[in-house]
Amino acid sequence: MAGGQERILRRRIKSVQSTKKITKAMELIAASRIVKAQQRVDAARPYAEKITAVIGNLAAGGAGLSSPLLIPRETVTKVGFVAVCADRGLAGAYNTNVIRATERAILAARAEGRDYGLICVGKKAQSYFRFRGYTIDASFIAMSDQPAYEDARQVAAAVTEHFESGDYDQVELVYTQFLSAATQRVAQRRFMPIDSELLEATASEGPAADYEFEPGPGLILERLLPRYAEARLFAAMLEAAASEHAARRRAMKSATDNAEELIIKLSRIMNRARQDAITTEIMEIVGGAEAQSQGAADDDDLLIDHIGAQDLFPQHRDQAHHDHV
Amino acid sequence: MTMQVDLVSPERILYSGEAEMVLARTSEGEIAFLTGHAPFIGALGIGRVIIRPVGGADEIAAVHGGFVEVSNDRVTILSDVAELASQIDVQRAQRALDEGERRTMEADDAEALARLARARLRVQVAGGTA
Repeated sequence: MAGGQERILRRRIKSVQSTKKITKAMELIAASRIVKAQQRVDAARPYAEKITAVIGNLAAGGAGLSSPLLIPRETVTKVGFVAVCADRGLAGAYNTNVIRATERAILAARAEGRDYGLICVGKKAQSYFRFRGYTIDASFIAMSDQPAYEDARQVAAAVTEHFESGDYDQVELVYTQFLSAATQRVAQRRFMPIDSELLEATASEGPAADYEFEPGPGLILERLLPRYAEARLFAAMLEAAASEHAARRRAMKSATDNAEELIIKLSRIMNRARQDAITTEIMEIVGGAEAQSQGAADDDDLLIDHIGAQDLFPQHRDQAHHDHV
Repeated sequence: MTMQVDLVSPERILYSGEAEMVLARTSEGEIAFLTGHAPFIGALGIGRVIIRPVGGADEIAAVHGGFVEVSNDRVTILSDVAELASQIDVQRAQRALDEGERRTMEADDAEALARLARARLRVQVAGGTA
């Protein structure tokens, strides 16, 4: 029985070890991806900053901020939510956090008597909300890992369509901010209408230059604002991707640590079981050997084997006598 | 006197440096910027952007729509899709062009036409012919 237990433990340790190998590999992959994702976040920043500055200058230079994308609706009857999370799990609470925040926001909007619309980026958000019977207006998968600008453009196009057609009166973006490799936070940002105060504040310092426009400022703004929305969404998606990798690295690191601990614990139990088995075996051998050696050495043993029948029964004594003679 | 020129796409900075002239095509027509140009904001069409650095070979880029802003001797070109000539794979671009021409022969929808225009520009820029 002892040997059987040892075998079971050995098998268990082996399976934990192979799991550990997988989690370790995932940890390393995620770690290397964080760096890349972070670089992409940084690389996307100049464009976002510059496009914001251009819009600011445009506004300061006389383009009336009258685009439908800029004007808040008087009554908000339907709020659109864009949830940005991952396609894959195994990233700790990363997906759950975004999904929970989105769900809470939806419930809050409903409590205020507003309708909601939902646009999901990432398979996890899609499956969660579909399973719970939420209506999903659009969902995008296979882009959360390494979002390209083209992906952001597609999502932004879907959002803009819903907003411009008057379906959504307001759009909220829920994603994970990448503050540092150690800290990521779920954030909810107003995505549409675009906050015109934010734009005006970023106009280049100094006296408002007298800009020439080609074509007219209104036309440029009309073409620029969708790009601005795309750039913002792209930045959010890049941050979300970096956060995803950071969350996955952390989750996989603790999984690896746990596996290591479990292996140590199990091998300790296994060694004890093996030692027990060996001890029992030795005891058996020693006991057996002792018994044998005692049997050979003692004359007045209980097992009397040198007494013949003639010693016990008188009638046999004569017979024995005759035999001897 | 030179200008600071930045050619920026959403994914990265393609070019950043000093230059004495920038040539671009806005939706209205070709325009060149020299030092001291008046503040300007324009929408770019699909076309070439030529950046002439001081004493060096021209940097040519294929820009598929975007914006240009000029102020205080700073030229900022923003484009969703932009490629430097040196980074274009000529053979791939040529293949895309051939493919695009065949497609538009079959059905000329707006998307196919746009793709053709992009492919044509790419080949043009990479080949160095205007």
